[in-house]
Amino acid sequence: MIQVKSLYKSFEGKDVLAGINATFDNGKTNLIIGQSGSGKTVLMKCIVGLLTPEKGEILYDGRNFLSMNKKEKKTLRREMGMIFQSAALFDSLTVLENVMFPLDMFSNDTYRDRVKRARFCLDRVNLIEAQSKYPGEISGGMQKRVAIARAIALNPQYLFCDEPNSGLDPKTSLVIDELIHDITTEYNMTTIINTHDMNSVMGIGDSILYIYKGHKEWEGTKNDVFTATNERLNNFIFASDLLRKVRNVEERELKKTKQV
Amino acid sequence: MHLYRQKRLLLQEIVKTMMIRPITTVGKYIMLMGRTFARPERMRMFFKQYLNEMVQLGVNSIGIVLLISFFIGAVITIQIKLNIESPWMPRFVVGYTTREIMLLEFSSSIMCLILAGKVGSNIASEIGTMRVTQQIDALEIMGVNSAGYLILPKIVALMTMIPFLVIFSIFSGIIGAFCTCWFGGVLNAEDLEYGLQYSFQEWFVWCSFIKSVFFAFIISSVSAYFGYTVEGGSIAVGKASTDSVVMSSVLILFSDLVLTQLLMG
Repeated sequence: MIQVKSLYKSFEGKDVLAGINATFDNGKTNLIIGQSGSGKTVLMKCIVGLLTPEKGEILYDGRNFLSMNKKEKKTLRREMGMIFQSAALFDSLTVLENVMFPLDMFSNDTYRDRVKRARFCLDRVNLIEAQSKYPGEISGGMQKRVAIARAIALNPQYLFCDEPNSGLDPKTSLVIDELIHDITTEYNMTTIINTHDMNSVMGIGDSILYIYKGHKEWEGTKNDVFTATNERLNNFIFASDLLRKVRNVEERELKKTKQV
Repeated sequence: MHLYRQKRLLLQEIVKTMMIRPITTVGKYIMLMGRTFARPERMRMFFKQYLNEMVQLGVNSIGIVLLISFFIGAVITIQIKLNIESPWMPRFVVGYTTREIMLLEFSSSIMCLILAGKVGSNIASEIGTMRVTQQIDALEIMGVNSAGYLILPKIVALMTMIPFLVIFSIFSGIIGAFCTCWFGGVLNAEDLEYGLQYSFQEWFVWCSFIKSVFFAFIISSVSAYFGYTVEGGSIAVGKASTDSVVMSSVLILFSDLVLTQLLMG
């Protein structure tokens, strides 16, 4: 479980995060949603330690990340996996070498065991056939799957995904979402996903945190979204006609169920 | 009042550009080097990277070093022959001067200026691209010291390979000089050979090696700094690449002055 308490972060005097409080449970896919510039990427970067907040606490199962020394942070980072918006695979390494990289760096296993583990992870994301290819030779969706395989290579307890569906077609996005969801429940990880893909919200949003101008505006699950009365959330999620129609149908269904 | 405010802002901007920014840059550079020279997390990964970089930065530069040195050696011989031709001047002076130029300045300093363009821009753009595509962030999240993993092998590899490149450059230049005798008939090959061997001092070769190792450190570390601190996109990477070449060249020229005075003065 990851807890964020009263987190503040500003850039050149402008508050980007203004006292955010949130709890991200394990075994669930926790989504952070919000408009562009609302502070969700900054929040994730603060949680993983790429940015240092001015005030607040970040607790990884009770361990305060911000008060840790360098060595403790390094140890904790080995329990983290991250999938970046651009996949961030190493261009000069093959797919297999990319997945093996964290194992090469931190595992004391033999070479054979490391290869075996990397192949297992690639098999988990159905990419074993692409193991000898370079990142530039595979599609965007495949790159994201390789990034997932690399992120889970060291059996992390915490998985962070920064807009994992960006630049992907809807069908591939669903595959990625399902993969992340399955892995989260399978390994009982604490997964935090930064997204503004509404399909992800409706599909895998076990817990959703809506951020508006650096503060927590709404919190709930994917089922709560349809009955939410928060105007800003509704304006954000149901921005398109299609989604507004979906909500109306859902509301009618809910009313019928209640009447029955 | 308005004019006074404008003047004050201008003064602030000048102080910022002339004083604060250079000091900040030097400070950041020193801090980055502090992180770079930390003990590698895995020695096997360091040696793997080190060997890769030796090939990429050193072996892949042999071709251009040989080519440029060959032609410069040949041109220096022709120029000196044409310009100092006199009945009072011994003919071996052409060979002697060619050797001194190649050994003392061209094969160390000028060759490193050329390598600052080739290797420096390569390092800056490679690391800069890794920065903008979040590959460095990925390393940091994994708990890897990204500066140590990416920069240290490059610095050590270039410092290892540069003396070999200097040797190749010297020999290629001398071959170029001989070619002007054999194929151009500019000079008698025996006179050139005598001049090349005349009053030879081994220390000059060592000076060349010592200078080139310093220059290798400048090229690799300065270029890595510019690449590592890129912020933005492809334009920023291009700017970092150019800045790294300019800054490396300026620092090479300045340190050449200091080192020459220290080693030979």
